[in-house]
Amino acid sequence: MHQEVSVRSSHTVIQPSHNFFDLKLKELWQYRDLLFLLVKRDFVSFYKQTIFGPLWFFIQPIFTTIVFTFIFGNLAKIPTDGIPQPVFYLAGISCWNYFSDCLTKTSTVFKDNAPIFGKVYFPRLIMPISIVLSNLVRFGVQFLLFLVVVGYYMMKGAAIHPTACLALFPVLVLLMAAQGFGFGLIISALTNKYRDLSFLVAFGVQLAMYATTVVYPLSAAPAKYIWLIKLNPMTPIIEFTRYGFLGSGNHDLSMLIYSITSTLILVLLGVFTFNKVEKNFIDTV
Amino acid sequence: MSVIIKAENISKAYQLGQIGTGTLSRDIERTFARLRGKEDPFLKIGESNDRSKKGTSDVAWSLRDINFEIQAGDAVGIIGKNGAGKSTLLKILSRITSPTTGRIDIMGRVASLLEVGTGFHPELSGKENIYLNGAILGMRKSEIKSKFDEIVDFAGVERYIDTPVKRYSSGMYVRLAFAVAAHLEPEILIVDEVLAVGDAEFQKKCLGKMKDVSNNDGRTILFVSHNMAAVKQLCTKGIVLKNGGLVFQGTQDEAVNFYQNENDTDTSFLHKGDLNEAPGNENIRILKFEVRSLSTGEISISTGFEYELEFYNHKEGINLDATFELRNADEVAVFHNGEILSSNKDSKQGIYTVKGTIPPNLINAGSFHFNLIFGENQRFALFTKENFLQFEIANEALGLHTHRIPGILRIPIEYTTSFRSNR
Repeated sequence: MHQEVSVRSSHTVIQPSHNFFDLKLKELWQYRDLLFLLVKRDFVSFYKQTIFGPLWFFIQPIFTTIVFTFIFGNLAKIPTDGIPQPVFYLAGISCWNYFSDCLTKTSTVFKDNAPIFGKVYFPRLIMPISIVLSNLVRFGVQFLLFLVVVGYYMMKGAAIHPTACLALFPVLVLLMAAQGFGFGLIISALTNKYRDLSFLVAFGVQLAMYATTVVYPLSAAPAKYIWLIKLNPMTPIIEFTRYGFLGSGNHDLSMLIYSITSTLILVLLGVFTFNKVEKNFIDTV
Repeated sequence: MSVIIKAENISKAYQLGQIGTGTLSRDIERTFARLRGKEDPFLKIGESNDRSKKGTSDVAWSLRDINFEIQAGDAVGIIGKNGAGKSTLLKILSRITSPTTGRIDIMGRVASLLEVGTGFHPELSGKENIYLNGAILGMRKSEIKSKFDEIVDFAGVERYIDTPVKRYSSGMYVRLAFAVAAHLEPEILIVDEVLAVGDAEFQKKCLGKMKDVSNNDGRTILFVSHNMAAVKQLCTKGIVLKNGGLVFQGTQDEAVNFYQNENDTDTSFLHKGDLNEAPGNENIRILKFEVRSLSTGEISISTGFEYELEFYNHKEGINLDATFELRNADEVAVFHNGEILSSNKDSKQGIYTVKGTIPPNLINAGSFHFNLIFGENQRFALFTKENFLQFEIANEALGLHTHRIPGILRIPIEYTTSFRSNR
């Protein structure tokens, strides 16, 4: 009987609970095509029925930079370590946006996808991963803008000196994504049954931006709060990005190691709690 | 034959009511109980999921200790009334939710169709949606690619394949969605009857395709339906669920018969014991309600039937009335008709009995239930009891027609005819 063979091809066990530390990576790998298609869906559907298409990705960072340059640069006169203000802010904004997009979108993944999750099974983790990847595409496009602006100021002879830390950039991007992802997963698991926390997310992320070195350099941070800013795992990432591309910024390696460690813990904790909640979330969402 | 699905002691509990501040303390209590290694205090054992009765805890068991085995290649129909646990069982088998207790072993790839077009994005073109939807249902990209032309052909949307699906007519949309689903090749296919939407022709196509899949490809199918004809036609085995329990397992014909007989017996209700536990509230307590054939044996079109209600009234000195609403299986009201029991504000505490008669040759065959409304002044409802009794009016052949003739009524109508040869 040839069917007997195909029938044995996979064996699934459905049980009330599973091993908390099981990451289910094998299953995730089987659905890699879905991941790719979801990222494509997000990217394509973003600019459907527009004339300028992906150019719209630039709008938000450009305007935020203009506003920041005006408020924090010209009105509040916060120093930028001798870096031209637009370049300085754009570096911070691009990184921070990527992190915060990953976080906020991941945190509502159950609520946003309840109609699909309620009708068909696939490893739920695919959804948050696709969110992180499609925002990576967006981040990449926005970062091109940053590079163009950097090039422009370098030609004008501004004090911009890229350093060897540039090589760390891929690691830094991975860290931003992983932090947003980890925080988002934990929040999504916590808000599945009781939604109270979700009211704090948008507001909290906005506040957290001011506890990160987005609109000011670490060197200009008030001494009273510097511990808090250093505790924030996003701070070293933005500082190292600035140091790599612009040649100014804190590049204390111990801070980067702290950031990597905390990110790793965040992601593992996030994935474990997410996998625990995903099995029954549809009953309580 | 080999066992492809094996379910042991599957139960599923749902929490009733709203989730809010009140449930937090209970969650904490449960967590503590679990930490101390004790049984969950809120999952009380021994309560069945009868929606019409009020339970003692606010946890509802939508499935209770279900055990079954399914052989590879079987087409199994899962039947039962609304709320019997069919959808919950499907959800557990499709891994959308997990059981509260028990274990299921599945030997093979499962694809579940609880809905067509899951994950369709309106802005994407037909082509993009075929890929996306296929991947959501568990197909690899290469698999979809090799079947792409077949899918487009089956759906008949070739001309629109690069147009966003939001521009599709609803018929095209459903056809495309079903075409993707129909080209899945899992070892086990789980199908909910919601799939059978659309016009009669499309339903036929769906069922035909499924029959193909099970007969020719030898795949296993689980099919949930209220449509007994479809179950008999498509399936080879049947499972009957009732109030969350598995009450019958056998061939599809046996299962359908069991289900129908089971419903037939639900023609009378009699409350014994404490008056305060009878269905009702502080105004009204129902003691007895039954339907009976006017002749001997089962109720059929030509026997007619009578119904008798006995209830205890607590409300003294009001204008009391009782209304009977008969509904068919499609929830269409056949009649809504009441009786005034006291008209001069002189209702008394005690037992009232009301009897109604439906003459022979009036109502067509089918499955029916009653809604009872107890009212004051024919305006205020004192108590309402819905979905009371489930009974069948058996069909009778009309000449050569042995199947049920359409219509809610089946009355002998007197015609006069005449004939002319010219206009």
